[in-house]
Amino acid sequence: MSEQDDGDDIILSELPDEELVPQMHDDLYDGLKEEIEEAVRILLERGWLPYDVLTKALVEGMRIVGIDFRDGILFVPEVLLAANAMKAGMAILKPLLAETGAPRVGRMVIGTVKGDIHDIGKNLVTMMMEGAGFEVLDLGINNPVENYIEALEAGEVDILGMSALLTTTMPYMKVVIDTMVEKGMRDEFIVLVGGAPLNDEFGKAIGADAYCRDAAVAVETAKEFMSRKHNRLAASA
Amino acid sequence: MDLDDGVLTESGLEVAPSGKGRILVVACGAVAREILALVRSNGWTHLDLTCLPAKLHLHPDRIPDAVSEAVTRHRERYDDIFVAYADCGTGGILQAACRELGVEMIDGPHCYSFFDGNDRFAERADEEFTAFYLTDFLVRQFDAFVWKPLGLDRHPELRDAYFGGYEKLVYQSQKEDAGLQSKARDCARRLGLEYEYRFTGYGDLETSISAFAGSDRTGAGC
Repeated sequence: MSEQDDGDDIILSELPDEELVPQMHDDLYDGLKEEIEEAVRILLERGWLPYDVLTKALVEGMRIVGIDFRDGILFVPEVLLAANAMKAGMAILKPLLAETGAPRVGRMVIGTVKGDIHDIGKNLVTMMMEGAGFEVLDLGINNPVENYIEALEAGEVDILGMSALLTTTMPYMKVVIDTMVEKGMRDEFIVLVGGAPLNDEFGKAIGADAYCRDAAVAVETAKEFMSRKHNRLAASA
Repeated sequence: MDLDDGVLTESGLEVAPSGKGRILVVACGAVAREILALVRSNGWTHLDLTCLPAKLHLHPDRIPDAVSEAVTRHRERYDDIFVAYADCGTGGILQAACRELGVEMIDGPHCYSFFDGNDRFAERADEEFTAFYLTDFLVRQFDAFVWKPLGLDRHPELRDAYFGGYEKLVYQSQKEDAGLQSKARDCARRLGLEYEYRFTGYGDLETSISAFAGSDRTGAGC
């Protein structure tokens, strides 16, 4: 359980909602998994909708973590601990979200490219996208082009996300996009790419729709593209 | 010259003030010892070395600006400058910066590749992408460069989040050293990985700096 600076224990269940939610942001920031699990259960017991617990407590907390990571205040270990805490909270909420018909913003297929086993960034994006209401099919690491194509062809996918950490593996993203073009399916999907050695120029050069420098940007970019897609569909209807 | 690996990680190496050299190598602190060994064995008295902090690799996006600043600061005093960095996770930005500055750099993606030899490393890529590499410098600086920055000193439970996809640690050795081999084996144990030893020597670091500092330069003006 979290402690205040003066050493007094904070009893989460005794905090009113308007104090408990900011406390959850703090606990998420500090990577306190058990406290997050406890607080999620408390809010649910108080009648909160699972979607509200997710967005107002967990996603908002991770958004703060993301900002401080971007500004160099937090580093990868702290972000991983926060992500583990959020994941634990989401594990409680996920089945409830499905039951309560939480809005689905879109569907994404994501994976690290062939020859690359790095997945920390990809996992953060997956979690934040799920938190933002996307359904995400995570293909894992070391994916040949066939894996991506198969997942996209399975249907109802809006976004393809590809990740690479290595200079040597990032060109493989172009192999995937070129294959999509050859198959005449490129324009059906929003293609987002990310990973430490990538940049905007690389994203444009390989034919992706956007390069996303971190998980928060990936979520915002995905939402923006989905909104444009809906507008186009509405206009052509 | 006595070198302190901690200093090479944190501060780098300031250029020798004698200014006797006519050409300069701007290098990563992680390859300082190796370059100085090459300077000694080849008698390159016309070559000066300055090194940027090795810890820049923890933020590769900062490398191009740091290299550009060093080249610009030193270029008036030297006939030519060589950048002893590979791409090092900059996604081609360092190469573009060097092109703009009119200086050459080492080919390849990173030091693991140029120590092994870029061609050989590329050939191994399909079978060895689950390998985590250490060099002599990284074995000596394992705690400062790997263990602590990843927070494993404070949160050992994060180890598998970082290394779960890896299968083995390959120690690419530049200089035979039983003590470092023992330490590298221990690094593998701490990361939960299989251990493999591979002597590489200086690989393409040697060929690229030799090409820059070679006989046509040593002969000129002597």
